[in-house]
Amino acid sequence: MKLLKLVPENTNIDFMRWRNIALILSIIATSASIFYTVYQGLNLGVDFVGGQMIRVSFSQPVDSGQLRSRVDGLHLGEAGVQPFGSQGYEIRLPKPPGGVAAANAATERVEQMITANYPKAKIESVDSVSGKVSEELAEDGAKAILLAMLGIAIYIWFRFEWQFGVGALLTVAHDVSMTLGFFAFTRMQVDLNVVAAILTIVSYSLNDTVVIYDRIRENLRKYRKMSILPLLNLSLNETLARTVVTSLTVLIALGVLMLVGPRVIFGLAVAIFLGVFIGTYSSIYISTPVLVWLGVTPQSFVKNQGGGESEAQPA
Amino acid sequence: MHGMLDFPRWKVFWIWALVAVGVLFSIPSLLQVLPQQERQYWPSFLPHSTINLGLDLAGGSHLLYQADVNDLTAKRIQGMEDTVATEMAKDPAIQIGDISTNGGRLTFTVTDPHQVDAAVERMRSATQPVGLSGNRDWDVGVVNTNQVVLTPTPGGTQQALKDAMSVARDVVSRRIDPGGTKEITIQTEGGDRILVEVPGVENPEELKALIGQTARLEFKMVDLNADPAQVAQGHAPPGDEILPYPGNPQGAPTIAVKRRVLVSGDELTKATQGFDQNGRPSIDFTFNTSGAKKFAHVTQDNVGKPFAIILDNKVLSAPNIESPILGGSGEITGNFTVQSAHDLAISLSSGKLPMKLVPIEERSIGPELGKDSIHKGAIASGIAILCVIIFMLVTYGRFGVYATIALIVNAFLILGIMAVFNATLTLPGIAGFILTIGAAVDANVLINERIREEQRRGRKLIDAVETGYHEAFRAIFDANITHVISAAIMGYFGTGPVRGFAIVLLIGVVTSVFTAVYFTRMLVALWIRHKRPRALYI
Repeated sequence: MKLLKLVPENTNIDFMRWRNIALILSIIATSASIFYTVYQGLNLGVDFVGGQMIRVSFSQPVDSGQLRSRVDGLHLGEAGVQPFGSQGYEIRLPKPPGGVAAANAATERVEQMITANYPKAKIESVDSVSGKVSEELAEDGAKAILLAMLGIAIYIWFRFEWQFGVGALLTVAHDVSMTLGFFAFTRMQVDLNVVAAILTIVSYSLNDTVVIYDRIRENLRKYRKMSILPLLNLSLNETLARTVVTSLTVLIALGVLMLVGPRVIFGLAVAIFLGVFIGTYSSIYISTPVLVWLGVTPQSFVKNQGGGESEAQPA
Repeated sequence: MHGMLDFPRWKVFWIWALVAVGVLFSIPSLLQVLPQQERQYWPSFLPHSTINLGLDLAGGSHLLYQADVNDLTAKRIQGMEDTVATEMAKDPAIQIGDISTNGGRLTFTVTDPHQVDAAVERMRSATQPVGLSGNRDWDVGVVNTNQVVLTPTPGGTQQALKDAMSVARDVVSRRIDPGGTKEITIQTEGGDRILVEVPGVENPEELKALIGQTARLEFKMVDLNADPAQVAQGHAPPGDEILPYPGNPQGAPTIAVKRRVLVSGDELTKATQGFDQNGRPSIDFTFNTSGAKKFAHVTQDNVGKPFAIILDNKVLSAPNIESPILGGSGEITGNFTVQSAHDLAISLSSGKLPMKLVPIEERSIGPELGKDSIHKGAIASGIAILCVIIFMLVTYGRFGVYATIALIVNAFLILGIMAVFNATLTLPGIAGFILTIGAAVDANVLINERIREEQRRGRKLIDAVETGYHEAFRAIFDANITHVISAAIMGYFGTGPVRGFAIVLLIGVVTSVFTAVYFTRMLVALWIRHKRPRALYI
């Protein structure tokens, strides 16, 4: 049996040749994402803006326009109706002014409307989140993402050099803004699970970056005379097979999750799936060229020779 | 070269032992899919702890309540008002004017200025110390020579909240889980919140009705002398208060009652749902000895007059006292349904909540959705593992087999560790599980690619394998630390489902380094030792 080699041996792709074009593209894409996220806003779920979300599954396909007008007919504020799974809908209601009692009453009216018009429909879940809790959840979510970004960047700075830490930070900033841009653009609902998705993308992307950085560090020590661009290219080529195989493995697993996995985490799976592409791209075209711009040379690691560098040794 | 591939027998033994223990602990959780009668064949001396399913998988209700601190403060002041009345009435009685509450403080005038010091002294001894801080829960001071002012201290307020929260938690647990047998989580969060999680409840309405009622029951006399016109305008005569009376047969929505509490629900020993003589649902109650005495006394003195039965500051009914009630038991009527009478009876017999609990987050997940999620999650995990295994086998051959064994062992270890700690598996946790598989595979990919590379560079078999493991480990270590950092932050800030994700990721990072690095290295070492291969096909 011949083993599968997705990447031929000894590739010699000049990745760094396109670094300036890639940079311009990244800047355009990132600014467009940020711009879009800020001006268009995210489709925040009840977790982050409060209100109620009722998930209903129907025994047969229903006319979404009719369902929407029936919900609107209850006059419960600006309600949203979105498909959920194959034959279900998510009905979202804004926070009513009357607090929790009003929220419960609103939920009840929707449930009554559903039972009256669609006797076979099933209420699958009801979420009701007050403004106070949603504010806290949003704040905690943002804090978690920022702290994770910072924490990992500091770790990389500590393990490598400051330029690598900065590179890692720019990389995740790129990944997070692209992911948010994706959510703003597709209008997919951003709920608590999406925070988990973004953190996963952050750690996946940095995992990739760390692997490449590790090889760059190794080569910087090994080839003192080599100039930086060929050295980065060499490192990227040497790790290319691993990058492809790992990304593909994770994409296979996530693809399965997207296609046959639980409906509730479809959004999470889609986000991470996309994040794998963003993360793979950014570890090649953001984290690596940043090192050139920040002036990393083979000398960067020389001063650490002789014990300054702590190396993890396998037992 | 014998460094990394040198596996003494004791090391091999311990690695296998660890794997065996992990698999053993994962089995009870996996057996959960079988019906009860088949599970009993699992020997009783083997481990039994299983993974908990999060509410998003098991279905159920998640209710978060916020303590109404203003309500608690108001009740404390009300309580202090009663204390003032009792203390001043003690022999020798101190004459005082009206007690007024203003700006969270309580003020009363001592009629005889000479008795001010004595009044202050009595009130001081009626206050309570706050923990070991040396402070007391109320400050007692004097203004305008003969006015005594009582101000709650911050320490006292804090202590009161803390005590009230623990009482509230107990009351809630008595109400929804009197036997203490259900798998219900009731915990205080952040000092002023109570989280209630009940798996498997399809309709949380009853639950909400049980927790939502403060169930503060009071009996007070109706003031028959109050001018109805004044009462309608909300002007209470001195010593009275005006309360809503939604079911008033006379039609007025409010009623004036005397402020003094005759008997309160605190002295109930029993409350059950029953029916009145007209067959309408009612609540039968029994007082304890002292409550029964008070009730007998009051009813003897007031035959022919109406008294109000007040629940959470709303009048339920105001029956006339036909004859003295001496037995200490009675019946509460009002506009009840069987269900609401039943709920109220439970609430009354479990004691009143020290303050109002306001729901701020409610989530309920139907069992169908949970079942669908478990089912699809398990299928997705299975297919994902299978696809990854095939991919590993066609890519790395023999080393793919090792990676596969490591992957399967890893899955068992994650389940086993989660079961030992009774960890909760949530829906994002399943995603975390799949991600961990990716991370575990990545470690093997790094190692195997490095071995390929070292071979291309002309290293001999053993040398290539050793260098491969050695060089790859650095990157594996650093990469896993990045996962640990984000998982730890997620675990700290995340709630419910997100935390479930972090737990799986954290456990998975540890187990995947063990299986993908140490375990596969042992398999490779054993293979090299026994077969002494000349070439490496990778």
